[in-house]
Amino acid sequence: MSYWAEPSVNKKILLIAAACGAVFSLGATAAPQEQTLANGFKIVVERDTRSPVVVSQLWYRIGSVDEVNGHTGLSHLLEHMMFKGTPTVPDGEYSRRIAQAGGKENAFTSRDYTVYFQQLAAKHLPLAMKLEADRMRNLSFSDDAFRRELEVVKEERRWRTDDKPTGVLFEALYANAFMANPVRYPVIGWMDDLDHTKPDDARQWYRQWYAPNNATLVVVGDVEPQAVFAEAQKQFGGLPAVALPERRPQQEPEQKGIRRVSVKAPSRLGFVAMAWQAPRLSRIDLADPYGYFMLAEVLSGDSAGRLPRTLVREQSIAQSASANYDALGRGGALFTIIASRAADKTDTALEAAIRAQVARIAKDGIGEQELERVRLQMDAERIYQRDSMFAQAMEIGTLESVGFSWRDQDTMRQRLRAVTPAEVQKAAAALIDDRLTVVTLTPQPVSRDTQNDIKGESFVR
Amino acid sequence: MSVKAWLGGVLLGCVAAQGAWALDVQRWVSPQGATVLLVEAHANPILDVRVDFDAGSRRDPQGKEGLAGMTAGLLDAGSPGWDEERLRKEQADIAAEIGTFADQESAGIRVRTLTRPALQQRALALANRLLTAPLFPQKVLDRERASAIEGLEQALNNGGSVAARALGRQMYGHHPYGNDDWQDASSLRRISREDLLAFWRARYQAQGAVVAIVGDIDKAGAQRVVDSLLQGLPKGGAAAWRDVPVVPESAGRIEHIAHPGAQTHIALGASILRREDPDYYALVVGNYVLGGGGFDSRLMEEVRAKRGLTYGVSSHFIPLEQAGPFALSLSTRNDQAASALKVVRQTLANFVEQGPTEAELKQAKDNILGGFPLRYDSNAKLLSYLSVMGIYSLPDTYLDDYQKAVAELTVVQVRDAWRRRIHPDKLALVTAGATPAAP
Repeated sequence: MSYWAEPSVNKKILLIAAACGAVFSLGATAAPQEQTLANGFKIVVERDTRSPVVVSQLWYRIGSVDEVNGHTGLSHLLEHMMFKGTPTVPDGEYSRRIAQAGGKENAFTSRDYTVYFQQLAAKHLPLAMKLEADRMRNLSFSDDAFRRELEVVKEERRWRTDDKPTGVLFEALYANAFMANPVRYPVIGWMDDLDHTKPDDARQWYRQWYAPNNATLVVVGDVEPQAVFAEAQKQFGGLPAVALPERRPQQEPEQKGIRRVSVKAPSRLGFVAMAWQAPRLSRIDLADPYGYFMLAEVLSGDSAGRLPRTLVREQSIAQSASANYDALGRGGALFTIIASRAADKTDTALEAAIRAQVARIAKDGIGEQELERVRLQMDAERIYQRDSMFAQAMEIGTLESVGFSWRDQDTMRQRLRAVTPAEVQKAAAALIDDRLTVVTLTPQPVSRDTQNDIKGESFVR
Repeated sequence: MSVKAWLGGVLLGCVAAQGAWALDVQRWVSPQGATVLLVEAHANPILDVRVDFDAGSRRDPQGKEGLAGMTAGLLDAGSPGWDEERLRKEQADIAAEIGTFADQESAGIRVRTLTRPALQQRALALANRLLTAPLFPQKVLDRERASAIEGLEQALNNGGSVAARALGRQMYGHHPYGNDDWQDASSLRRISREDLLAFWRARYQAQGAVVAIVGDIDKAGAQRVVDSLLQGLPKGGAAAWRDVPVVPESAGRIEHIAHPGAQTHIALGASILRREDPDYYALVVGNYVLGGGGFDSRLMEEVRAKRGLTYGVSSHFIPLEQAGPFALSLSTRNDQAASALKVVRQTLANFVEQGPTEAELKQAKDNILGGFPLRYDSNAKLLSYLSVMGIYSLPDTYLDDYQKAVAELTVVQVRDAWRRRIHPDKLALVTAGATPAAP
């Protein structure tokens, strides 16, 4: 129904969070507990008694990486349709009931997962679970409701992507950095695919993927884990498991050389995006991903990082510059550096300046103290994150939805802490042109013209 | 953008109360003359502090709009013996989150640190350095000014920002609450290093500052935090927080701004709500029904759910010292802007004329009162509420008072307040898009 999360935004924070275990004692928060029902439905509960509230997030393992060409945007569109009612909870009633209980609710879709959440007083958790269990198998919407909501999603696409230079840029980046892997599709879908989506497409997608054995419920708050497990058994235990379709690997073939793409959009600023295909963290004991992650942190993990210091402040060649490594997705991974260009500089000069920063690390390495700073920040971030129940639930849900367990966070932390300067240098050296896609956004001038009804006057309508 | 600047104010409209889960707020005036508000939260070994000065954009001199924001933004540009790189490196080395801010009504600094003694001390010392010894080096000023001009232009590339800015200019003209919306390349170019130093000296003073603290600390420790933070600031005269001119009444105009893109952005509004407004609760609770209640509101039902005309439509009040804005906004495909606007106007007119139903008012109360604990279920959220309570001198009974006032509201009171205060045909209306949506 609602907000679609640009996945690359969250990932970095998430891996930091996921990667740093509790270094300090945490009084009000207990370690998570988990249970899996006979139908495959998994529940993870983390008790946090600081205030009498709860966050409940239902994670479905379905996103745009599961889609096929001609049907892009289906997972996100289905997310919108999930608010359109069941035989016992009519259209609009779900939101009304959660609001009546003092709650907030929404949902979001990424490349890897679709998440429905509620935040409410802890005593109302059973209401949220009951409504989620109902719409897991009983969704029922009319063709007319579908057509109206499709228009809402198309408005969302215009607002989120078509009219935003960075929206245009990101879409072009992923669509060009991959040829075969479905990570190339925009989460919200191509407009023409949306135009041709039929109500039965969404119904079929729902029947295929919305099942207890393709979902994880994450609950964080002032609740007793055993009581949540019992309630889950009552609400979800009777739902049948479904045979899920095969998910094929769709490995990206090896890139054979640099790709260059340019896009135009109304904008004041120009942008340069450089993205290298990189290994994803497909197994927890892979060595390389941890090096790429620390490289991104050294480049722009904080405002003292190398990219903001050199490109923005020393050279004034960029308005902003940041590196990101998207390690935890189910689809192909990218190591990305994006910079907005200062008005009086050229794309060529900005690209050269970015390359110089990467080359410097590949050649000279980094100092141990640069890594030590990142390690302390990760430890601190882990503690800061404990202030937000929502962030704690996000971390658990993401790990569970991309093929890991919430238990893996400690191992990931240890592996990140153990990364050496030599491994960061190796990651920088692996950013070679044969794996690179460069997208430049050339700004188009915006002309504006004000027409007042009556100059300087007011009139009543 | 002014919408962002008002964020501090948004919280004010949201404070409600539930007696069952009372907050223990400790409040005192420090030896430096600052008002301190503390909530002890011992579950996590972290400390959040926010210091507010009467140095928000409402204090920008006319013609130099943006001065308050530049002053706050450049506190970390250098201090004696510490250039900007050393200041940033120190922050990174101690894993603290330190940021300056400038809203409409206040400006200051936020600090989040671990409570490990060595780290906490360095974080407070760094924040103190930023507050008490800024040099505003000319070179950094020139660079950041150019960056701010580019950033402003980039923001105005977005139709929503264009519409919000034009709406702000209509609602406030050159009243100080309109300053953010007059900030432009020429006002920024007029700001000199001397202006920054003078504004900082006049506005960043201990007397009258508001210090909010949440974290793993007791009262004695909190006073030491205040000492560390404010040490060396001039005591100065008390800040004149309440000294804001009355907002002149003005009837709105219809304004269209041609703007490229797939959507037309529509914004309506008027200056309405003071913090001490007698209609405060009737307007704010009524707005839940009209357009503040998300998917539970009439606007979302009529414009989005029933007709599929937009992704998002909402209305909100922002209570300020003097009349803060009531604003309603949405965006829609260019060729259906006129029909979307028609639905919005009809929905608004109906609501003002008829008020909420009994059932709608009950639903609004249930949501506001039942969801109260969510509003400060983290130290970060709580911190903002404490600042607001300090800035506006809200009494310690404020949260209870709020709850009672909401619970006692009647349909007639809400309808009466909306009829008296909101005049749909006099609202300012701005459209930014391909063609005018209004006649």
